[in-house]
Amino acid sequence: MEEVEPAHVLRNFKYVAFTMNEELRNLSLSGHVGFDSLPDQLVNKSTSQGFCFNILCVGETGIGKSTLMDTLFNTKFESDPATHNEPGVRLKARSYELQESNVRLKLTIVDTVGFGDQINKDDSYKPIVEYIDAQFEAYLQEELKIKRSLFNYHDTRIHACLYFIAPTGHSLKSLDLVTMKKLDSKVNIIPIIAKADTIAKNELHKFKSKIMSELVSNGVQIYQFPTDEETVAEINATMSVHLPFAVVGSTEEVKVGNKMAKARQYPWGVVQVENENHCDFVKLREMLIRVNMEDLREQTHTRHYELYRRCKLEEMGFKDTDPDSKPFSLQETYEAKRNEFLGELQKKEEEMRQMFVMRVKEKEAELKEAEKELHEKFDLLKRTHQEEKKKVEDKKKELEEEVNNFQKKKAAAQLLQSQAQQSGAQQTKKDKDKKNASFT
Amino acid sequence: MSELVPEPRPKPAVPMKPVSINSNLLGYIGIDTIIEQMRKKTMKTGFDFNIMVVGQSGLGKSTLVNTLFKSQVSRKASSWNREEKIPKTVEIKAIGHVIEEGGVKMKLTVIDTPGFGDQINNENCWEPIEKYINEQYEKFLKEEVNIARKKRIPDTRVHCCLYFISPTGHSLRPLDLEFMKHLSKVVNIIPVIAKADTMTLEEKSEFKQRQESMPFAVVGSDKEYQVNGKRVLGRKTPWGIIEVENLNHCEFALLRDFVIRTHLQDLKEVTHNIHYETYRAKRLNDNGGLPPVSVDTEESHDSNP
Repeated sequence: MEEVEPAHVLRNFKYVAFTMNEELRNLSLSGHVGFDSLPDQLVNKSTSQGFCFNILCVGETGIGKSTLMDTLFNTKFESDPATHNEPGVRLKARSYELQESNVRLKLTIVDTVGFGDQINKDDSYKPIVEYIDAQFEAYLQEELKIKRSLFNYHDTRIHACLYFIAPTGHSLKSLDLVTMKKLDSKVNIIPIIAKADTIAKNELHKFKSKIMSELVSNGVQIYQFPTDEETVAEINATMSVHLPFAVVGSTEEVKVGNKMAKARQYPWGVVQVENENHCDFVKLREMLIRVNMEDLREQTHTRHYELYRRCKLEEMGFKDTDPDSKPFSLQETYEAKRNEFLGELQKKEEEMRQMFVMRVKEKEAELKEAEKELHEKFDLLKRTHQEEKKKVEDKKKELEEEVNNFQKKKAAAQLLQSQAQQSGAQQTKKDKDKKNASFT
Repeated sequence: MSELVPEPRPKPAVPMKPVSINSNLLGYIGIDTIIEQMRKKTMKTGFDFNIMVVGQSGLGKSTLVNTLFKSQVSRKASSWNREEKIPKTVEIKAIGHVIEEGGVKMKLTVIDTPGFGDQINNENCWEPIEKYINEQYEKFLKEEVNIARKKRIPDTRVHCCLYFISPTGHSLRPLDLEFMKHLSKVVNIIPVIAKADTMTLEEKSEFKQRQESMPFAVVGSDKEYQVNGKRVLGRKTPWGIIEVENLNHCEFALLRDFVIRTHLQDLKEVTHNIHYETYRAKRLNDNGGLPPVSVDTEESHDSNP
């Protein structure tokens, strides 16, 4: 039999003691039971389903967001560099499936295109806030469904927001402060100094302190690396001191010594990405991925999402208790809202129906008018036609009369002619006779 | 006026179909450390497990639970005073314990049901049990539905119900069938043939063939004996020592492995994803809605650490 150490006395036990009996007892085990495989069982389940991780990159155009993502994940994610002509800020999300040993990660990288390019940047933060809220909303909708499937829901909520600070060496821009203030209650913000190879070492230290003190004095809550668990407390504490991380990104490899390393080559030297003396890239990777990825996911769910949910439900009119401190039930309010909504729907439907009927009537009247007009036209035409016909007939009669007259005249003329001919012939004969007689 | 369904926000470009990249080729990123991160977190928060035992008295329920968890989890019936009456109805007794092994803390709750099947007229004796199970779902649902929710909702739902079948050697009795028919819809039931040492091998296989499911034929014991130089848990009889963990003697080891070592998380997940969701859907579909609940307003504000 294995030796099992006696059960510890529990200090931070959060559970409520059971209704029926005495308080929880600590028991000692007399042999190996086997539930220490529980974490493995849990992890196996998650591994088979795969993990989701969603990163939001906020920063000006050209500050190096895409390059840093490429460097972090050792890949060339397809993307065309954005121009500076964007009319507003829009978010572009791309999803990738990465696999490492038996872990499948569904990674989504959300980019802010056009951030910082406009002349008027008052509303720059709005599309970002809207996007984050939309993901929370989608999750909330799924959670509120009657028939829901949360266990295989593809989580699109943003787990980490990398805020890229421009390496001016002076202080934060007001756009940065405003944006971070709007985002700090919605997402885990990790501020980083981009293109850190443009700042000299001594300036960098001053710059970092300035940034941190500005964040504190403005009340911006950035993500705190957790220090409550012994194994990670130490590394998280030491890393926190270096915030914001000054990073350099590069996917090109340069020969350093006898190895190829990711680096940027300048005429005056080579900046190595993974050299901790040159920049904090390794620290960022350590913190973001290798130590705190799960905590980032958990904070998003238990803190930011819960806050969103609470605000949203309160806004929708749900309460846990009403003014008389008589508890409401979510379901009753839900029902009431639903009925209200259905009532609205019905009203709208009625309105539309009324409008439809009215339109039909109008159209009918119009058509009737048109019909009447057509009839009138037809009558007019008919009359005109009749008149024309009569005229033509009159003319025809005239013509016939003329023809008759002509015929009569012709006949009369012919008769006369024939008479004249006859008398003429007689006359001529007479004349001839006369003439002849005169000669004799 | 706010509506239930918000108007659709103009969504940014829909993420395109995920591109599959095998990063093994490109250098180590460190994504697989998430497993370790998760494991650490779960070990820190600990686990809940609630197991219910149902069966007539004297079938060895308490002994079996003690054997499963290698500790005195249940007080055995024999420790009751002889003068104590058999309960007139089915009682529900839940006792919570904390056990730790290998750094993993488990809050184990054993829910006993004394009085089940002990009366002369046992009609509807499963009803108190069904009511108890539904009450736990109700509790969880109410917590989940709160606006200001607790960071971790205490889970009192029954994850597993061991149903003890008396080793009569025949088929299941009507009471057994009725119970399993009603309760298999609301909870994970694992049927167990109690006191399997009273059945011979042939009787056992015959009994099993008559069912569709595979009840585990078990023997429980918390006493140790020497067998072949090893100390084993067993029962001593004039005709030999029955070793609990010997697969030839009984299937206790199978039961233990199934419940604890391989499927514990699975039992919890089925309870949460299937049984609880079914309950919730049914509940939310009812017209009445949830009755007013007395929520302690001070307790509900600890979602911010």
